[in-house]
Amino acid sequence: MRLPKFDYVAPKTLDEALKALTAGGEGCRLLAGGTDLMVKMGHGLTAASLLVAIKGIEGLHGIRFDPSKGLSIGAATLIAEVAEHPDVLKYYPAVAQAARKTANTQIRNMATLAGNLCNAAPSADNAPVLLARGAEVEVVSQKGTRQLSLDDFFNGPGQTELARDEILTQILVPPAAKASGASYQWISPRGKVDISAVCVGVNLRLDGDVLKDVRIALGAVAPTPMRATEAEALMEGAKWSEALAEQVSAKASEESRPITDVRASAEYRRRMVSVLTRRALEEAHARAVENWGV
Amino acid sequence: MKHQIRLNVNGDDYELLVDPWRTLNEVLREDLNLTGTKLGCGVGDCGACTVLVDGKSVSSCITLAVAVDGKKIETVEGLAASGEKLHPIQESFIEKGAIQCGFCTAGMEMSALYLLRKNPSPTEEEIREGLSGHLCRCTGYNQIVEAIADAADRMKTDRGKGVKP
Repeated sequence: MRLPKFDYVAPKTLDEALKALTAGGEGCRLLAGGTDLMVKMGHGLTAASLLVAIKGIEGLHGIRFDPSKGLSIGAATLIAEVAEHPDVLKYYPAVAQAARKTANTQIRNMATLAGNLCNAAPSADNAPVLLARGAEVEVVSQKGTRQLSLDDFFNGPGQTELARDEILTQILVPPAAKASGASYQWISPRGKVDISAVCVGVNLRLDGDVLKDVRIALGAVAPTPMRATEAEALMEGAKWSEALAEQVSAKASEESRPITDVRASAEYRRRMVSVLTRRALEEAHARAVENWGV
Repeated sequence: MKHQIRLNVNGDDYELLVDPWRTLNEVLREDLNLTGTKLGCGVGDCGACTVLVDGKSVSSCITLAVAVDGKKIETVEGLAASGEKLHPIQESFIEKGAIQCGFCTAGMEMSALYLLRKNPSPTEEEIREGLSGHLCRCTGYNQIVEAIADAADRMKTDRGKGVKP
């Protein structure tokens, strides 16, 4: 596979990158890990006359955790770094789980978490759990900075809210509420390295014996990663029971809109949404109970 | 426009003029004649092209050469640096029959090196996970897993003799 010809710049600061991106016009693309972009360009699916590489921008690297503000993951941070970071493992185990499940070792050593979101694959492994955890993204252009909820970020396969002159600079995840728990569950045809056929992220909180802030996000079963809001509503304010988890999972399955492709049939996916949602609810609930005293 | 880049490959410094669209795999194989690193699928799935960049395993087929300017690259040629004494990983691969056609071997060995540096005593499960980004179409996976477990032991005992992991 030979790549088509293009120009390349590697700015050292965000300002330089924004300038290059604006000046570059229509044919300009941002390059982070390149694990999606290089493949798409090699296959002629994406054209670019100029690549602006962002990995050399110091300010976009790193993971910061503050117990009151939460987690901030810079746009140039590798998925491998997210998967192994002690604060992510301790305070955001489901986020670490999803990062660790993404692709294989080499890809995790190249690809960035921000890139996984910006590529906007319906199956993006890191999207459901970040949606469930109420993540936001910071977006910067020469005109200014805005922050938007990940709920409003995905527009379609490969399509996001990002304007052509904007750069996603960091992903922000709020701190976990008291007595809350999250979970990431997935299934894929080959188990380890391949793209998920279905993935599910769940977050919930216990208020006494009542469930609050229930968020259920599904991947690879709609044109974008999606929230199963009707399923969430069934559980919100209710008391935990296995029967309820079963009922909520069935509702999530009804809400999903999967297609048949090489990885799985629509029918199988719909069935798996229900199975994985139930597992995710059970794990998130168990974690919430465990976090009760913390 | 060509870009001037510096690479340190297996301890040797190179200054190269490269087109921005050329991959690290192409530059290693075509410009530096280091053909030990293979090109398999070309899309980052099969692992045959795996090299280490600043100590991290990456797929060289989807890494731009310009993007690794100034970095330290390790390829399979660097394993047996003297060209005579094989690295313990290579010894183990031979001894355990972990090589059939050999096309996946260079990548497998580089991932083994990455794994054993991070985790000198991996379990079988951890070895299998460490190799999950590799395909061997001769399907000799068991021997490869055995070879890496064997290499881990060898490197622990060899370490006293000055063999670097």
